[in-house]
Amino acid sequence: MAFISSGYNPDKPMENRITDIGPRNFEEFYPPVIKKNKGAWDYHEIVKPGVLKHVGLSGDVVYTVRVGGARLMSVTHIREICEIAEKHCGGHLRFTTRNNIEFMVETEAALDALTADLASRKFAGGSFKFPIGGTGACVSNIVHTQGYVHCHTPATDASGPVKAVMDDMFEYFQSMTLPAMVRISLACCLNMCGAVHCSDIGIVGIHRKPPIVEHDRLDNICEVPLAISACPTGAIKPAKVEIDGKKVNSVAVNASRCMYCGNCYTMCPAMPLASGEGDGIVLMVGGKVSNRISMPKFSKVVVAFIPNEPPRWPTLTKMVKQIVEVYAKEARKYERLGEWAERIGWEKFFELCDLEFTHHCIDDFRDPAYYTWRQSTQFKFTKHIEA
Amino acid sequence: MAKHQTPLLDQLETGPWPSFVSDIKQEAAHRAANPDGVDYQVPVDCPDDLLGVLELSFKDKETHWKHGGIVGVFGYGGGVIGRYCDQPEMFPGVAHFHTVRLAQPSGKYYTADYLRGIMDIWDMRGSGLTNMHGSTGDIVLLGTTTPQLEEIFFDVTHKMNTDLGGSGGNLRTPADCLGQSRCEFACYDTQDLCHTLTNDYQDELHRPAFPYKFKFKFDGCPNGCVASIARSDFSVIGTWKDDIRIDQDRVKAYVAGEFKPGGGSHSGRDWGKFDIVKEVVDRCPTGCMSYDGAKLSIDNANCTRCMHCINTMPAAVKIGLETGTSILLGAKAPILDGAQMSSLLVPFVVVEKPYDEIKEVIENIWDWWMEEGKNRERVGETMKRLSFQKLLEVTNIKAMPQHVKEPRSNPYIFFKEEEVPGGFAHDEAGYRQRHMR
Repeated sequence: MAFISSGYNPDKPMENRITDIGPRNFEEFYPPVIKKNKGAWDYHEIVKPGVLKHVGLSGDVVYTVRVGGARLMSVTHIREICEIAEKHCGGHLRFTTRNNIEFMVETEAALDALTADLASRKFAGGSFKFPIGGTGACVSNIVHTQGYVHCHTPATDASGPVKAVMDDMFEYFQSMTLPAMVRISLACCLNMCGAVHCSDIGIVGIHRKPPIVEHDRLDNICEVPLAISACPTGAIKPAKVEIDGKKVNSVAVNASRCMYCGNCYTMCPAMPLASGEGDGIVLMVGGKVSNRISMPKFSKVVVAFIPNEPPRWPTLTKMVKQIVEVYAKEARKYERLGEWAERIGWEKFFELCDLEFTHHCIDDFRDPAYYTWRQSTQFKFTKHIEA
Repeated sequence: MAKHQTPLLDQLETGPWPSFVSDIKQEAAHRAANPDGVDYQVPVDCPDDLLGVLELSFKDKETHWKHGGIVGVFGYGGGVIGRYCDQPEMFPGVAHFHTVRLAQPSGKYYTADYLRGIMDIWDMRGSGLTNMHGSTGDIVLLGTTTPQLEEIFFDVTHKMNTDLGGSGGNLRTPADCLGQSRCEFACYDTQDLCHTLTNDYQDELHRPAFPYKFKFKFDGCPNGCVASIARSDFSVIGTWKDDIRIDQDRVKAYVAGEFKPGGGSHSGRDWGKFDIVKEVVDRCPTGCMSYDGAKLSIDNANCTRCMHCINTMPAAVKIGLETGTSILLGAKAPILDGAQMSSLLVPFVVVEKPYDEIKEVIENIWDWWMEEGKNRERVGETMKRLSFQKLLEVTNIKAMPQHVKEPRSNPYIFFKEEEVPGGFAHDEAGYRQRHMR
């Protein structure tokens, strides 16, 4: 491995430096039919799961084939995507906001050749490289995060659970049988990178133990006031601690006020809190971002803890499937999961989905918590109320 | 022969969904064989060691990345996420495993030539692994060493005319839905607005000067395909002001079953024959629609443009012609004081090049938040702390009922001194003349 220079001169770092050029202009990458019909589309149809047809006012047609992507992908895989685009689509392609891949063609013959090619490609282990689907009332790709692959604050993995859940949801990716789209997202800690707070089903990594405090080095590597102000519940205060007969500045964590959010660790490397036995997953449901019929909604916590069970997270995948199946059976056409749960009442949601309701699901964070309790005599009798 | 045993990860090679494990193994094998004779600038077995460390994490159920990591390129204060393995001797291939964020084209359209160009650079100077794409929108190049960062930056700027994306307390990489390029619902050119503002604010993107991160996202309509209302501080969501256009002949065609509702979005299940009253008129959130058996009518003055009727009958029911956008502000994830969706600030503004009206709103917000926002306080939290009224004041926007879902229920109302006759000063002597102690 011999060093190969790009032309960059480390002795004159600012020489020949290009900055602030931003991204490439999108127009450079448009397929011709897109360029021609931009802003002049008449309507669209979903020909079959994963295949869209857009008809222009000009009469032009573009077929789009949407395929699942693992998001985490190799150069080799991207080159294969390029090869497919060159073979069928004049070298053009795009990615969606849920990290699926879309190939576009202009004729039915090209569409048939493209779909046959895509469906035939598999990895050595047997999984599909380019499964077609993700349109209409389906479960599309899972918006997710870094997990154990790259991040320092996760309470669970991302790529692993996503693969496990999508294997279980695969029939719903390749069909359009649900009352409305079901968006599943995953975040590996409660920084909630991505979309878990606004998804039909949100999978979030959580901790259950207060941080370790490494007094011997905390003051040397952390800004103590930042660690203190990082705490949403005021559980951290400055403290003097004696180490080997020497007084050092550090912090003290009030364990009874700590809810293990990990934000102090984000600010201070001397406060790690990951724990194989403590960490796991919270399941949230009922969020949405679209304004269709009802306003956007936050997802709500319905399962406070599911243990991490690598490599396939069986308890998690079973619960997700259970919720999707009950929703599919019970909800009305066009009704998102959150709209359905609100219509029937959350007590009914817990009963139908056979989820245990625990005290952890009752909000206790500051003033707004009150507004989530029930100031009404309106409720339904479910199995939760004992005779 | 794989470098590490990965019995747990191997179980993720089965099942139908594309396996990231199979793909990483494929890359590891490709690098080991090196059919193109690439002079790899980071360890050849980097993907093997990534699988190794991931297997260890699956076993321990804990991450094996050290805290933080501050690396980058000269001239910029962000764009690269530094990362170091906490078991560098066991996994030397990922001792350094930094992520480079690359600016993606609006709408994420590509040509094979362009992607190959980026991949050729990354193949040689990185792990050969990526995320397509990061949640904010960037092309994510996953895993390289510090000495390669300037080389990669030199290559992508000089050869590919492509810049880094954002990270840190700054404007992050803006993103958009595909807009008018392939959607009949788009109320403005999301891609052009996204691209233009990204370029106009390059300095704010590359050199952190804000209290905390700030994100733009651009949705062409209220369907929210890039989720701007939930995932950007400054959410631009297309809408229209005039009447929804109805093609009555095509409405009849939907009723007759010639067009499928939702373009066929529910065709995997038998929901019965399309019932326009049940599925559209009765589901309208404002009840502003009627259908008399032959003609569909909309009382547009009472329409809130939720998109349901348009989504359900896209060929027959269309967005208005007087289009523009709403601007909403303040979305964020829970840390620190709770999740927020963006709140409506500007109900309607026409989207016209060079977008000066939108830029004025942005810059007024920045002027205020950069001055008043606390360290690591998202603009949504600044709004909560200093009030929505303050936001209206600094953006020169008049309060209107559209700014609230409901008026306040508590009577703890602040008045400006000039609103009160005589100001805040009391005539104390006069008061005591009227009221004995």
